[in-house]
Amino acid sequence: MEDSRRRFLKLAGVSALGLTTRPVLNAFASGGGDENAHGVEVKKGQDALKAKQWAMVIDTREFESAEDLEPIIEACDKIHNIPKFENKNHEIKWIWEEHFHNAFPNQTQRFLDERIEHLPFLVMCNHCENPPCCRACPTQATFKRKSDGIVLMDFHRCIGCRFCMAACPYGSRSFNFRDPRPFIEEVSKSFPTRMKGVVEKCNFCAERLAVGEMPACVEASNGAIAFGDLHDPESEIRELLRTHYTIRRKQNLGTEPSVYYIV
Amino acid sequence: MLELAIKGSKQYYGWLAALLAVIGIGFLVYLKQLDFGLGITGMSRDVSWGFYIANFTFLVGVAAGGVMVVLPYYLHDYKAFGRITILGEFLAIAALVMCILFVLVDLGQPMRVFNVLLYPSPNSVLFYDIIVLQGYLFINLIVGWNVLEAERNGTHYQAWLKPLIYLSIPWAVSIHTVTAFLFAGLPGRGFWLTAILAPRFLSSAFAAGPALLILLCLFIRRVSNFDPGREQIQSLAKIVAYAVCINVFFFLCEIFTAFYSGIPEHMDHITYLFAGLHGKGSLVPFMWTAYGLMLTAIILLVNPITRKNEGVLAVACVAVFIGTWIDKGLGMISGGFVPNPMHHVVEYAPSIPEILITLGVYGIGALILTVFFKISIGVKEEVGA
Repeated sequence: MEDSRRRFLKLAGVSALGLTTRPVLNAFASGGGDENAHGVEVKKGQDALKAKQWAMVIDTREFESAEDLEPIIEACDKIHNIPKFENKNHEIKWIWEEHFHNAFPNQTQRFLDERIEHLPFLVMCNHCENPPCCRACPTQATFKRKSDGIVLMDFHRCIGCRFCMAACPYGSRSFNFRDPRPFIEEVSKSFPTRMKGVVEKCNFCAERLAVGEMPACVEASNGAIAFGDLHDPESEIRELLRTHYTIRRKQNLGTEPSVYYIV
Repeated sequence: MLELAIKGSKQYYGWLAALLAVIGIGFLVYLKQLDFGLGITGMSRDVSWGFYIANFTFLVGVAAGGVMVVLPYYLHDYKAFGRITILGEFLAIAALVMCILFVLVDLGQPMRVFNVLLYPSPNSVLFYDIIVLQGYLFINLIVGWNVLEAERNGTHYQAWLKPLIYLSIPWAVSIHTVTAFLFAGLPGRGFWLTAILAPRFLSSAFAAGPALLILLCLFIRRVSNFDPGREQIQSLAKIVAYAVCINVFFFLCEIFTAFYSGIPEHMDHITYLFAGLHGKGSLVPFMWTAYGLMLTAIILLVNPITRKNEGVLAVACVAVFIGTWIDKGLGMISGGFVPNPMHHVVEYAPSIPEILITLGVYGIGALILTVFFKISIGVKEEVGA
């Protein structure tokens, strides 16, 4: 009796070890790459917009007040089924506004010019070239897509550990503290709703790029937001970056954000 | 040996029943959390880790602290600790089970936890943390159980255990180092972004773990025929004294670096914790209490007259335990999230359901500890140690 119980436990232990070591060894063997986290190749659609690294240039000179930003935020919220919660703790934000000194805490001047001082700034996920969130994720549920540099979320794989939220230096990530569905004003069929217990954030409208459309905020901005390929010297955004002085959020951290601001 | 756990007095069974009640309440509230989501806690978008992860961090320390009895006995051949190594190992087991449970109750989608093994990510510190915590749990189970069984049978433990015992020593250091790396490697969180975070964690661990062990030893002597020994308790007390001194010293090093350099990102969190920021400072009284307790403990533990008085020693150990718990459990995690990356001050306080679930997990830990200690004491009484 004693003997057989022991043998069973030993066997079970060894089998459990065997089951878990293989994926671990595989992960090391493949260099732990985040490319094709799902092991399948997704073919691009015919109309899909392509880039090596999508990036955004926000011309803040085009904005005067929070009212100018409202339709942009609204467009994103609607398309992506962002719930509206009364409780601030549960808030989900993909794109929102911040004061200059909050968006750029280490680039703030003591005496700011009046326009910047009062101007609301749009902030969102920066789709960093070197994203700390993807480094932190224990399941590769958030990953940087090799094909176009977008930092994406797999809502079905996320275990809700919120390591990525601690890792993001921009506060760009939100967690579904409760079921968001009852709090969505009008459900949009073009993007999935989420469930409780997973993290989400701006996805640079990957689902729209795939069918040849520009991101919702870019479309709603009346030209104030430009979007394009950072690695293409001929792109519109590279032209803007060539001809304007731009800043990025917390550049000193080495994350290489892909959202640039003209101030 | 398991049969030793079910032969107990009325008080023993009463205690087990009380623990089961606490666990039951915690479990029911956890079912509510599973249904509703983590929204029933006090956590928010800005303070996205709270009480669960804080207690997890603290208990990793308690688990690692167990090594402070294993190391002197096996590496330095300090024979006196032979009587109590088993208590250190079993304390580590109870603490580790609680750690794992705290991580589980903190997950938004706990049923997906095996995704961590299905899609192992060697770039994530959490991946390593799971490996070292599980590993340390198994090492302690195997070593503790076999050594105790050998003691019961009056034989020497198996030779193959020796390498495992030696391995457990650096492994104990690794569990708390990796846990510190969860926090210390994150850009944009100035409070944690310090190379001294892992040493700080270890010093508070080597204070809190042995302090708890002293209290448990004093308790065991009172309720059983097994005396862990005066010399043993005094040696542990010296370890606690050194560790709590080093812990406070490391903290002062942090203060110097943050405030002499004057870099706001590093100062703001400490200012928030000890003086409040933007008019918000719910943790201020707690933090001062924590350091008040630790300083009191230093005075009582360093001074041989007070240390040798076991009544005073018990008070000092309680002070160390509560002080380090507030420091690590309340301040360390919240402090890192406040102010948030946009420099907004959003405060955090655990909600009542969150506290009940936390108590439930502590209840499970206490139950495991009780049963394992009951077995060990039973064996010790049998062999007349």
